[in-house]
Amino acid sequence: MSLSLSVAPAEVKEPEIEEVVTPDTPWVVIVWNDPINLMSYVTFVLQKLFGYSRDKATKLMLDVHLKGKAVVSNGTREKAELDVFRLHEHGLWATMQHDD
Amino acid sequence: MTRAVRRSRKGYFEIRLPASDRVLLRSLAPQMRELLDSDDPVLERLYPVAYPDDVDRETEYRLLVRDELRSSHEAALAALEESADAERLDEEQLQAWMRAVNEVRLVIGTRLDVTEEGHERPTDPDDPRSAAFAVYDYLTWLQGTIVEALSP
Repeated sequence: MSLSLSVAPAEVKEPEIEEVVTPDTPWVVIVWNDPINLMSYVTFVLQKLFGYSRDKATKLMLDVHLKGKAVVSNGTREKAELDVFRLHEHGLWATMQHDD
Repeated sequence: MTRAVRRSRKGYFEIRLPASDRVLLRSLAPQMRELLDSDDPVLERLYPVAYPDDVDRETEYRLLVRDELRSSHEAALAALEESADAERLDEEQLQAWMRAVNEVRLVIGTRLDVTEEGHERPTDPDDPRSAAFAVYDYLTWLQGTIVEALSP
């Protein structure tokens, strides 16, 4: 008995999910300085959202405050977008961009 | 003087605020809801740009999250409104207070064009901005107190 019918190489469409296998270039999430959010609040939010230690969160907050911005997280575009959303929920001025 | 917001042993937070403060806090939510329904440009501060260099992705991001972000802002304000008289809050409620208070600070601070250095307040008590500065300064103090109590 032949199975040839079922394995006949019919015209198989090229998979449309090609982009899924393309490795996602890392994205970085940046928090920018603003004159309204309190320094203690920014530190607390970074600890809460990313689980950073107080020291690490404080260092990032000081970078934001003194240098004007800091990269607070990175990852795939989906992850970065979620992080940006959660920062926006807390009123922080966050953007994302390709890590180049 | 006892602290206005204090973590108690069982993981709750004691809130010691005068009734007049609570009246103010409860009044914030309806005012903010009205604002959120408007197209006041100050709202941009509550919906920041995610992709400053990419118009298409920014448009997509806005479509995707704007409603969710608004619901999130409203939920925090509603929680503050509902528990404005409470003498004891759990951590989740206090975090909602923290977010709601910050939303209002962002709006008032943006309107008043608050700067990092600038603590210049109007000297004329009849200046229409005086009241807004007073609320802003009060909320800044409260925010600081809440964050201090929440910080591990």
